[in-house]
Amino acid sequence: MANHTPIWEVFVRAKNGLSHRHVGSVHAADASGAVQAARDVYTRRSEGVSLWVVPSGAITASDPGDADALFAPAEDKVYRHPTFYVVPDNVKHI
Amino acid sequence: MGPSPALSPLDLALRLGDDALILSHRLCEWSGHAPTLEIDLALSNIGLDLLGQAQFFLQHAGGLEGAGRDADALAYRREEHEFRNCLLVEQPNGDFARTMVRQFFFSSWQALRFEALADSADAEMAAIAAKAGKEVAYHVRFSAEWVVRLGDGTAESRRRVADGVNWLWRFVDELFTGEDSGLRPGWEAAAGATLAQAGLELPAPVRGVTGGREGRHSEHLGHLLAEMQYLQRTHPGAQW
Repeated sequence: MANHTPIWEVFVRAKNGLSHRHVGSVHAADASGAVQAARDVYTRRSEGVSLWVVPSGAITASDPGDADALFAPAEDKVYRHPTFYVVPDNVKHI
Repeated sequence: MGPSPALSPLDLALRLGDDALILSHRLCEWSGHAPTLEIDLALSNIGLDLLGQAQFFLQHAGGLEGAGRDADALAYRREEHEFRNCLLVEQPNGDFARTMVRQFFFSSWQALRFEALADSADAEMAAIAAKAGKEVAYHVRFSAEWVVRLGDGTAESRRRVADGVNWLWRFVDELFTGEDSGLRPGWEAAAGATLAQAGLELPAPVRGVTGGREGRHSEHLGHLLAEMQYLQRTHPGAQW
């Protein structure tokens, strides 16, 4: 039985101004149940102010076999990193 | 309002504290046994919310009593007949459906009770009720959604939740005795609406089983207390 319960990916917004981040997944029969399960599993220590749940099946993932083609070309392009700038101390979350 | 004398502040604090304490223990019995990890955590969360409420109410009761007993002394060193919880909360968990119905019946009552208590002249009680009200709102939502999901689910889940309603219905009368009688219409309206969504109805009136508020409990409470109080009974005053 339990094996047929759909899986949902959980995203938590830690506080206003930050984006929702993926934190894990839960089993639930429907969307409202998934929000409850996410609340109980992932926010019991005040981790968040907002939750998203997305059916795992709705996520289209990149193929690990394509990793070279997709990601390797970026490796030698250091000039794309903003490391040539000084980030002011007061700017957080970059 | 019945002719019964008004409840003393001490009796009220004990009653609300014991309700929360005993149901908390029942919910934590699910720990490690719930159908899924998600539900296991959810039931423990609700249980811990209730334990927190119990601590506030019993600490306050100890202060009102003025005999030097704190929340721990009241929880762990009272006898069965000194507990003032309603019979509903001491009933065994049964299956998951019955646990959810019990939670829904009780939390729906607690929501109304705390709403009334938030206007209490006793500032401490009002503050506890205001804080606990937010927790209870979630307990109501969680249990109501499960009642609907099970009632509107498979033939088996529907049968189980209907069994839970019919079994627990006899303990509902006790929630509305004495000064709590005025809460009944609001409770029945809310509970009836949720049961209707689940494809169920409020059962016909039955002769309610009462006595918990006076310390006359079902056989189940003694077994529960034996487990809950074991450590303090064996090693009085133990701390860690």
